[in-house]
Amino acid sequence: MTDTEQKMLKKRHRAERRFRLYGIAAIALALLMLGSIFVSLIVMGHSAFRQTEVSLPIVFDADIIYGDGERNRQALYGADYQKLARKALRVVFPDVSKRRDKRKLNKLLSPGAEFELRDMVLADPAIIGQTLQVALPVSDDVDMYVKGQIDTNLAENERQLGDKQIGWIDTLTAKGLVELRFNIRFFTGGDSREPEMAGILGAVKGSFYTLLVCFGLAFPIGVLSSIYLEAFAPKNRITDFIEININNLAAVPSIVFGLLGLAVFLNFMGLPRSAPLVGGMVLALMTLPTIIIAARSALKAVPPSIFQAALGLGATRMQAVFHHVLPLAMPGIMTGAIIGLAQALGETAPLLMIGMIAFIVDIPASVVDPATTLPVQIFIWADSPERAFVAKTAAGILVLLAFLIIMNLSAVILRKKFERRW
Amino acid sequence: MYVTLSPARRKIVEGVILWILILSSTIAILTTIGIIASLLFESVRFFESVPVTDFLFGLQWSPQIAIRADQVGSSGAFGALPLLAGTLLISAIAMIVAAPLGLMAAIYLAEYASRNVRNVVKPILEILAGIPTVVYGFFAALVLGPMLRGAGDGAGIEISSESALAAGLAMGIMIIPLVSSLSDDVIRAVPQSLREGSLGLGGTQSETIRKVVLAAALPGIVGAMLLATSRAIGETMIVVMAAGLSANLTANPLEAVTTVTVQIVTLLTGDQEFDSPKTLAAFALGLMLFAVTLVLNMIALRVVKKYREKYD
Repeated sequence: MTDTEQKMLKKRHRAERRFRLYGIAAIALALLMLGSIFVSLIVMGHSAFRQTEVSLPIVFDADIIYGDGERNRQALYGADYQKLARKALRVVFPDVSKRRDKRKLNKLLSPGAEFELRDMVLADPAIIGQTLQVALPVSDDVDMYVKGQIDTNLAENERQLGDKQIGWIDTLTAKGLVELRFNIRFFTGGDSREPEMAGILGAVKGSFYTLLVCFGLAFPIGVLSSIYLEAFAPKNRITDFIEININNLAAVPSIVFGLLGLAVFLNFMGLPRSAPLVGGMVLALMTLPTIIIAARSALKAVPPSIFQAALGLGATRMQAVFHHVLPLAMPGIMTGAIIGLAQALGETAPLLMIGMIAFIVDIPASVVDPATTLPVQIFIWADSPERAFVAKTAAGILVLLAFLIIMNLSAVILRKKFERRW
Repeated sequence: MYVTLSPARRKIVEGVILWILILSSTIAILTTIGIIASLLFESVRFFESVPVTDFLFGLQWSPQIAIRADQVGSSGAFGALPLLAGTLLISAIAMIVAAPLGLMAAIYLAEYASRNVRNVVKPILEILAGIPTVVYGFFAALVLGPMLRGAGDGAGIEISSESALAAGLAMGIMIIPLVSSLSDDVIRAVPQSLREGSLGLGGTQSETIRKVVLAAALPGIVGAMLLATSRAIGETMIVVMAAGLSANLTANPLEAVTTVTVQIVTLLTGDQEFDSPKTLAAFALGLMLFAVTLVLNMIALRVVKKYREKYD
């Protein structure tokens, strides 16, 4: 080999190594991005799973609760529970006397604290007259301070908490009254304007009802139409047209389905706005192509000999399909359906179009109650100005991802368990 | 479970079932008709108050004016070009990220990686496709946006915190698995004999890939890129959360731009009467979006199909 040839060969080998390196770099970069998404979510979101509580000796003073009015259960609903909490705070800090300071002191507690006291009294009116040590949620700013998320080096007017407030919190902490606990409210509450009171249960239930409707519509329609297309449809223009339609629908931007839902389901058919019913219908139309495509390939995978054997033994085509082919294809169909539902669970844009973005505190109890879904809730929180919502948003995303992982894993397990090689 | 029926009865029952099956299959057609009809119907009403040419070629987009002034004759500006430009800018950034990364990942997985590596890496990459778009939006708005801004501050360049770049990057990450799995399919569809021919003549593996495999797979890869672009154009949540609202006609990725989908969401999530040009404009934008993505998909499917027939 001459010198130049050798050089040439070396150059080509270097190019080979470079090319291979590009491939590895591309994969590494993609995995790095995936990793950084997860890491940043966990970093931002983990603190929302714990909530600061301050335990105060609450005197359930009958005079304050009932005031001058009648002493019946009805009065318990409208009583001034805020006063109870504030009085207890005043007991801990007796020297706070100026009006402005009192107001600042009261701001340490969450506005949701009074509702927790109310619920306690309503659950057990016998506690009226007693003094109990009650752990109450603090406001979002205090919570962030306790978690070390407020920069105390900033000038006083640039941070959310004043020097006095920080002093009070430190006093409470020194007395052992402040505690970081598992944030149960996050999992049992509906949405709230107060970050410390906001929970995801409403959104989770909304997602559940929406997916219920979605599955109830998309699964039967998808399976039936794939049975028709695989086993009965004559090969003609109409069935070709249906197939082209299904493939195109799979690629239509999701927001267009939202426009369809708005124009047809809400404005034309007059169905209720913000309801999981409509959300489910829109998502059903979106997941239909996914389910049909998965169901058809599952039906195709069943060997024709089974179908023919059934026919040979005297079954009608209908019997052969429904009694023999369909049960064998079911695991594959279910896998496809779960994956389709997982997609639907993560979908946001079309639901915005049909009004599922409203601020809803109540937890929905049926498919026609106004509701949001988990991803929409995440979007609403991400849009909120309060800084404490950033952690809530990230935590909400972690919950959503957990649901998605569970669904996809069950699809994988289903496929592994029932996969048959013919 | 198995009901016994007389043959005559069975015929009737099965006839009914067959019709149910046929009806189910028509839902797909009905959906398409519903989409086209509702978009067209509302768009026509929109074009009664705003001329089509103003919408398609206008350079001003400021629908808010229409709400403020209810007087006759003063309607807002509904020129969609800045929105289209913004959409294309962000999609282009996304494709600049996703095309090389996705394609190189696909090449490596299809041609170089051992079966074990492939079995592990491929599903992990697919996770990127399974992450809901709202998560990418959050990531773009709260991580990428501030990060780019900080980097810009350090380098003395002003980068808007709602820059097209942040939204485009996040969208690019989202599309990587789409590009790589579609490209993977077409690369693996190239017959082995072509590779062996090239290797037998002394080509290195990378030369074989670049000059033979990719050349043969080119139509399919182009199709994959078109599908990915259509996906980027129709993407909503990332841009709603990370891109801006003001319609800037600019090609500078460091500035804030808005997109067609962002405007649809903004126009329709407020509370306003349904007949105002403002809400109807959303349907006109939807029609535009639907038409553009449909055409892209049709071209992509045709390109891919044509290519497949060559070797099968």
